[in-house]
Amino acid sequence: MFEQITDKLDGIFKKLTGRGYLSEKNIQEAGREIRMALLEADVNYKVVKNFVAEIEKKAIGQEVTKSITPGQQLIKIIHDEMVNLLGGTRSDMAISSTPPTVIILAGLQGSGKTTLAGKLALYLRKKGHHPLLVAADIHRPAAKKQLQLLAESIQIPFYTAEAGAPDIARGAIAQARENLFDLVIIDTAGRLQIDDALMIELADVKKAVSAHETLFVADAMTGQEALNVASEFHRRIGLTGAVLTKMDGDARGGAAMSLKAALGIPIKFIGTGEKPADVEEFHPARISSRILGMGDIVSFVEKAQEVIDLAEAEKLEKKLLKETFTFEDFLAQLKQIKKMGPLQNLLEMLPGVGKQLKGVTVDENGMARVEAIINSMTRQERTHPSIIDGSRRRRIAAGSGTSVQHVNMLLKQFASMQKMIKQFSRLSLPKGFPS
Amino acid sequence: MGEGARGKVGPNRFFSGLKKTRQAITERISAILGRGGALDDETLERLEEALILADVGALAAPKIIEELKKSQSEADPQRALANIIAQRFKPPEEAKALTSGPRVILIVGVNGSGKTTTIAKLAQRTIASGGKVMMAAADTFRAAACEQLEIWALRVGAQLIRQKSGSDPAAVAFDAVKAAMARDFDLVLIDTAGRLQTKTNLMEELKKIKRVIGKAMPDAPHEILLVMDATTGQNGLSQIELFNDAVGLSGIVMTKLDGTAKGGVLVAAAEKYGIPIKYVGLGEKADDLIDFDAQAFAEALVGVNE
Repeated sequence: MFEQITDKLDGIFKKLTGRGYLSEKNIQEAGREIRMALLEADVNYKVVKNFVAEIEKKAIGQEVTKSITPGQQLIKIIHDEMVNLLGGTRSDMAISSTPPTVIILAGLQGSGKTTLAGKLALYLRKKGHHPLLVAADIHRPAAKKQLQLLAESIQIPFYTAEAGAPDIARGAIAQARENLFDLVIIDTAGRLQIDDALMIELADVKKAVSAHETLFVADAMTGQEALNVASEFHRRIGLTGAVLTKMDGDARGGAAMSLKAALGIPIKFIGTGEKPADVEEFHPARISSRILGMGDIVSFVEKAQEVIDLAEAEKLEKKLLKETFTFEDFLAQLKQIKKMGPLQNLLEMLPGVGKQLKGVTVDENGMARVEAIINSMTRQERTHPSIIDGSRRRRIAAGSGTSVQHVNMLLKQFASMQKMIKQFSRLSLPKGFPS
Repeated sequence: MGEGARGKVGPNRFFSGLKKTRQAITERISAILGRGGALDDETLERLEEALILADVGALAAPKIIEELKKSQSEADPQRALANIIAQRFKPPEEAKALTSGPRVILIVGVNGSGKTTTIAKLAQRTIASGGKVMMAAADTFRAAACEQLEIWALRVGAQLIRQKSGSDPAAVAFDAVKAAMARDFDLVLIDTAGRLQTKTNLMEELKKIKRVIGKAMPDAPHEILLVMDATTGQNGLSQIELFNDAVGLSGIVMTKLDGTAKGGVLVAAAEKYGIPIKYVGLGEKADDLIDFDAQAFAEALVGVNE
């Protein structure tokens, strides 16, 4: 997601790391390039100006010039400053002690409010809430229908009415109280911040339900205008946070920095795909690390924890130790990995991988092929691959719709994997290592 | 400029539609240039800042300012700046007249850029001049996308070809083109699902749609238009590049220019990719689509008086 800006900063730091000292000139040069990179990432001009000035001020001081590895030191200063700018620690959703908690989604047309409404509902249900999805977009053709279909597909209760937006919102709250839903997510129509009539409507919706969270939904691809738009929404209805959508593309999402730095609006979530599960909590430190090319290992681990069955994992570990890792186990593992989402997204979270992956696409079909081949094996073949002879290979290839070459390749890979596992399990931990 | 010949709307509509776009930056640029000073370094720097704030980009803006400096247009720097910007745009080629059959236009773009609304507006233009329009609901992915297009089709009086959600978009497009040929329609507009330009599999799907349209009717699609939101920042360059690589764009439609966004990324894109800007969208009503006029756009951007 932040590949290009990371590339640019990498370029700067290649020049800096390993040098004995940093002159004022070096820092200014880095400052110019950071300015360029941030502007290319659509961070607001004024925010960039302040940011770069702050970096230069901090860097030109003794901190950098006296430190042993000035390049590293400068990276740390930029990283800290960026985390600072993005809002320090992460900011959670406000959940009311007297339910229902009311969340309003607002923003320009096409920013992704309706899709996000579904995602948030699913996310909050996973956290143990009982959300009600409310369609209050009475302007866009079929907008209500879109949310209704979305709600049905993820089995979340849905409410709308043939009424004005504020009345729909009021009706929704009554509905939530009656049915004990503790959370109400209200999707509103997209509107321009200069459309007075629609801004009044939005303020009325908010007044009608006294919302706990009013989230500004912004497209990650938005340019310099993000700040003006958000500041006008903030002035008219008061925003408690923002969500950056479409972060799964190559947009660098500079708006995130602008909103927080200039308006104090924290980014609470990011949208990372088209499916209802594709929403993530926003962590300033992690995104900042990503910008600086340090990868996002924390998100990766979290994602893994979410889907990987602990009991399964323990069973697998035991098997590994006993050297009885079979195709059955392999298949189970493949399924768990698949649950984590597209491989491409996962790999991009790993340190250093994002950059190397640029322009490379992971062959998701490859995984499907492997699965098909294993599925075409008999139980006996899966536990004792050595019995798979030429005729069995031909049968498996035909059964899985692949070729004998594909089957051969998989068998070879599996054999070397088993060998590796054997070596691993024979390794004993060095003394003094906590087990 | 010939704008009167192409659309019903003349430059006045362009100016009034772009009022909000114009205001903010005009005030800024007028304030900068109105100080009575020459084009000194400080003035030039502030102009560059204004261009960057209009999303022209940190790479293109300094180049434009450099040109302005060289032009030494102390007398009327605003007009000079507008001319420099306008010159970057390639004039749109006149659409080739078809000998027979309907004209087929494929509409592509990222999610939420305004493709469906743009289709309604394009349909409206043709219907207003007595043409028959077929719409193809080939966004079979997003919930209620078909319904949205259906409502527009009813409103503007176009025919719609749709299948059930999740069906093959290329098949929908194929059916629409075949039906339009058989029933002697003038225009086929194919709506596609929004897709981020970096999603390789979705771009492959788009290539397939294009290919299959070509099987329904040789030479089709006659146009492939990228619909882009005016608030788009520098990512617009990546959108143009990757969509163009995948299917070859014949033009760009910039939507939502009735807001305060200035669409400056088009200036950066114009020179780099040379893909003509065909239309701009100035509102949510079906007749809010007008022909792009580079001179008017540039003048609105820098605030030359009408």
